[in-house]
Amino acid sequence: MQGAGPAVCLGNDIDTDLIIAGRYLRTKDRSVWAEHVFEDLDPTLAGRLPGSVIVAGRNMGCGSSREQAVIALREAGVVGVVAESFARIFFRNAINVGLPVIEARVPCTDGARVAFDLEEGWVEADGKRYPARPLSERMLAILRAGGLVDFWRASR
Amino acid sequence: MSTLSERILGAPAGAYVDRDVDLAFAHDGTGVLTREALHEMGVEQLPHPERLRLIFDHIVPANTGTTATLQAELRAYARVSGIPLSDVGEGICHQVMSEGLVRPGMIVVGADSHTCTAGAFGAFATGVGATDMAAIWASGGTWFRVPETIAVNLSGNLSGAAEPKDLALTYVARLGMEGATYRALEFVGEGVRGISMDGRLTLCNMAVETGAKTGMFYADDLTLRYLAGYGVKASSQVVEDCRYERTLDLDLDDIVPLVAVPHRVDTVLEAEEVAGTHLDQVFVGTCTNGRYEDLERFARIVRGKKVAVRTLVFPASRAVLSRAIERGILADIVNAGCAVGPPGCGPCLGAHAGVLGEGEVCLSTANRNFKNRMGVGGKIYLSSVATAAASALAGEIAVPEVA
Ligand code: SF4
Repeated sequence: MQGAGPAVCLGNDIDTDLIIAGRYLRTKDRSVWAEHVFEDLDPTLAGRLPGSVIVAGRNMGCGSSREQAVIALREAGVVGVVAESFARIFFRNAINVGLPVIEARVPCTDGARVAFDLEEGWVEADGKRYPARPLSERMLAILRAGGLVDFWRASR
Repeated sequence: MSTLSERILGAPAGAYVDRDVDLAFAHDGTGVLTREALHEMGVEQLPHPERLRLIFDHIVPANTGTTATLQAELRAYARVSGIPLSDVGEGICHQVMSEGLVRPGMIVVGADSHTCTAGAFGAFATGVGATDMAAIWASGGTWFRVPETIAVNLSGNLSGAAEPKDLALTYVARLGMEGATYRALEFVGEGVRGISMDGRLTLCNMAVETGAKTGMFYADDLTLRYLAGYGVKASSQVVEDCRYERTLDLDLDDIVPLVAVPHRVDTVLEAEEVAGTHLDQVFVGTCTNGRYEDLERFARIVRGKKVAVRTLVFPASRAVLSRAIERGILADIVNAGCAVGPPGCGPCLGAHAGVLGEGEVCLSTANRNFKNRMGVGGKIYLSSVATAAASALAGEIAVPEVA
């Protein structure tokens, strides 16, 4: 599982209400979530997400269990999310929808290239390599399959 | 010797285990995605529908045609799959779970982050996402990482106008919004004995605000008596001498009325320090503080008086509402000038009934005050029911009087 892209830098404690607000949950049209992602944090962010790697601080994705948050990021074209730490449901959800999440502490410059390799367990930012916390074999397998639904289908 | 999580999950902290679950529920918000994932997975038959539950609570009754259609689809799915459905008006999923469904020692998962509420019964209860839930419904189980545990060691007794909610805000502020990420909280110590079941549910409810996987009480006589009221027989659990990652000692006698200020639940001030803050709305309810004891406390304070600000009261369940009607409490609340809504989440998640307008300020008994959560440009303060009642009467944040 590798990925790379320009960095989008975020702070600590980015909650799921900020990622996708409750008012957009009453639909199952995924494009709505991608369109309104991060709207309450910074309405210009959505435009920078395609092909990017999000680099957040601590407690990324705290708050509700809404899977619409990770779906919104994936649908918006985010390649992966690096954070110093994640809220656990967000972390699990991301893997389940096939969005790579990497726990690592790295510096962030908006727009600078960030790369990661989940199997080898590293993140590259500002030209330097930083260690990432390893994922369990099962999490890697789910990610490789593209998410839990595809993992399930492949294993039946 | 093991922590309660280790005992229930049957492995030491840090281990990954696969376990069948005893109860697995989703609500109208998350259930839609769970249903879609099951469809994509090609799953038609669910092995144990009797262990599952669909509960309509988040946007009830439906507010738009889209919501109504999504709910109708889920309702139809419940019928064909055999999943018991708690339809509009039955109450918030976590409250419904605590009315005789959850028992000590169970493994409970819910597609909602506040599933940790059920830990109040000595169950291992945690939130998962909608796709995880689909795999759980399809297979009957899932994987867990057995969490390390932080003990919240309680001594003394709550006194004055302090409520379990003030204790909850205290431990959340002390641990911080990520202070217990991946961990379980265990509430232990002689102080637990004086905390009612409704109070324990409030305390476990807010565990996730510290990042915790769950918050737990050991089942004791009080738990068993409460469950017996629902015709459920259970046995108590004994605290073993075990290894906690750390212990947070709290003396209940020191707890005072608190308010979490916008936009962080771990940013907490004494009610006294924010007294006089202008309010546009007071909201009493939610899975944190919409239970019978909460409504009773609220009614006791507003009885025979008039609220000075728009005040919304949403009972947590039909059972709570029904009891409030029987005992005359609902009349007190309505006569004091409050607007009472149907059992459910109400304005908590800002998706319908009771959202805030730009610049409006609300004092809420809920668990989250994230930016814009109850409406764009709205500000949320969080408090106990007594503080909410005193503030409703004053029309601004006020310190509750000692009962
Ligand atoms: S009352 Fe609020 S916090 Fe509780 S389940 Fe409903 S939306 Fe979530």
